Amino acid sequence: MIKEQEIIIAGFGGQGVLSMGRLIAYAGMIEGKEVSWMPSYGPEMRGGTANCIVIVSDSRISSPIITKFDTAILLNQPSVDKFEKAVKPGGLLIYEQSTVIHPPTRTDIEIIPIPAIEEADKLNAKQVANMIMAGAFLEKKPILKIDTLIEALKKALPSRRHNLIPLNELALNRGRELVKQAELA
Amino acid sequence: MEKEMKTEEPRLMKGNEALAEAAIRANIDAYFGYPITPQSEIIEYLMREVPNRKDKKTIVLQAESEVASINMVYGAAGAGARVMTSSSSPGISLMQEGISYIASAQLPCLIVNVVRGGPGLGTIQPSQGDYFQATKGGGHGDYHLIVLAPSSVQEMADFVFDAFRLAEKYRNPAMILADGALGQMMEKVILPPDGGLPKTPKPWATTGKTKDRGHNIITSLFIQPEEMEKVNLQLQKKYEEMQSEVRWEEFQTDDAEILLVAFGLSARICQKVVDLGREKGIKIGLLRPITLYPFPYKRIAELSEKVEFILDVEMNAGQMVEDVRLAVEGKVPVYFKGRMGGMISTPEEILQEVEAIHEKQNVLHD
Repeated sequence: MIKEQEIIIAGFGGQGVLSMGRLIAYAGMIEGKEVSWMPSYGPEMRGGTANCIVIVSDSRISSPIITKFDTAILLNQPSVDKFEKAVKPGGLLIYEQSTVIHPPTRTDIEIIPIPAIEEADKLNAKQVANMIMAGAFLEKKPILKIDTLIEALKKALPSRRHNLIPLNELALNRGRELVKQAELA
Repeated sequence: MEKEMKTEEPRLMKGNEALAEAAIRANIDAYFGYPITPQSEIIEYLMREVPNRKDKKTIVLQAESEVASINMVYGAAGAGARVMTSSSSPGISLMQEGISYIASAQLPCLIVNVVRGGPGLGTIQPSQGDYFQATKGGGHGDYHLIVLAPSSVQEMADFVFDAFRLAEKYRNPAMILADGALGQMMEKVILPPDGGLPKTPKPWATTGKTKDRGHNIITSLFIQPEEMEKVNLQLQKKYEEMQSEVRWEEFQTDDAEILLVAFGLSARICQKVVDLGREKGIKIGLLRPITLYPFPYKRIAELSEKVEFILDVEMNAGQMVEDVRLAVEGKVPVYFKGRMGGMISTPEEILQEVEAIHEKQNVLHD
């Protein structure tokens, strides 16, 4: 059982990093866990990059602002450059393969490349690359049930957008499969 | 608590949104404000939500400036309305004249300051640089606000009720002093009950003269010094009475040899420092003032008797530390750790500071 996950999610604005974080926090809340979601809202966000810190825990969350993370989910090169060193030893780094030219090099953490954008293209839906990353994360760190994430999505999306839920579910599962494949390879 | 959880589902909200929703549930009569990052979600939320609440008669108005907003608050409070405004540091500076008038006229209202880094127009990142302004007056003259400092999204909501309760009890403006991070972050919140804050009678309000009483006059102009002194004496008496409302929270202070003092977001970060320090066998405790005015001088003085030193942690150049030193009266060393301009000390940095001071102290004792 994972008692607590301190996560950084980072990428370009528009890649859905803030909404992915919010969804994980929301799902955590539905499962009765303690959660916090701290977005970047300052000048760096206005420069095109965005990040959020998400904490999901079985017990009281002390600081919502932290600098060391159990997991980093990184969707572009600047994020890898910035946050690779912020992963705790023994932690997990998942990055989007096609946008990262200089992959992370640390040997004391687990590093998993996920071709999320390419796979999202195959689904004809660029916008679900973030959900592929989320699926990959949950496969590695099953802190939440995929079903709860879908439930959170239903609550977060207005009903006129509920037609997008099957696509998101597909993307989540695709992310999980990609991790399984990566581990077999 | 458990009973409350059954009646009200927890929600995931930003601090600003939770505060705005709590204001609606407190049945405010009016909100006047002007947008500024990092608190614009408050007015946005009210503008969006209030029209959907058919049972609410709340007025939400975007004024032409912060100066106009606070003077609208002054007018509405004088007429007996439950009224609030919100802004961030530079906007709150603009309001200071009006706040001084409201304090002098002894009117209840709520002013929310979601602090950003300064001085000047500064940065939009979180800061605690407005502690002096909030607790020591801010505007001209001898006055105090009641100041509540939330450290979670839950308290962003709860303190709206507490602030109005205190403001109306003492006929005094109250302030919620938050910061950009508390405004922007999302946490689980159980909202206070809708309509859960009964309206208090305001026989002094300017609601039109009736036959059974004289004129109610709201003013902050007392041109005769004797009159002005009388008002001041009354204010001072009131501030004395307010001291009983002091609130604070303690973490692991029972056996603490080192005491951290921090408010708001800094107190959350210091909770992590306590956890990290305890893992290493360092006996750290934390005191978090919840009310910044009144300030828990007495409790800090008590705790200072049994600790080796105190480290005050803030997101500024050292403001509350002056009150901590006043409380301690030199009995133990009081150190300060802070960052400015929208920067925040990390738990690891603070713990390093604790360890460095601890070592230095031991050398002194040897």
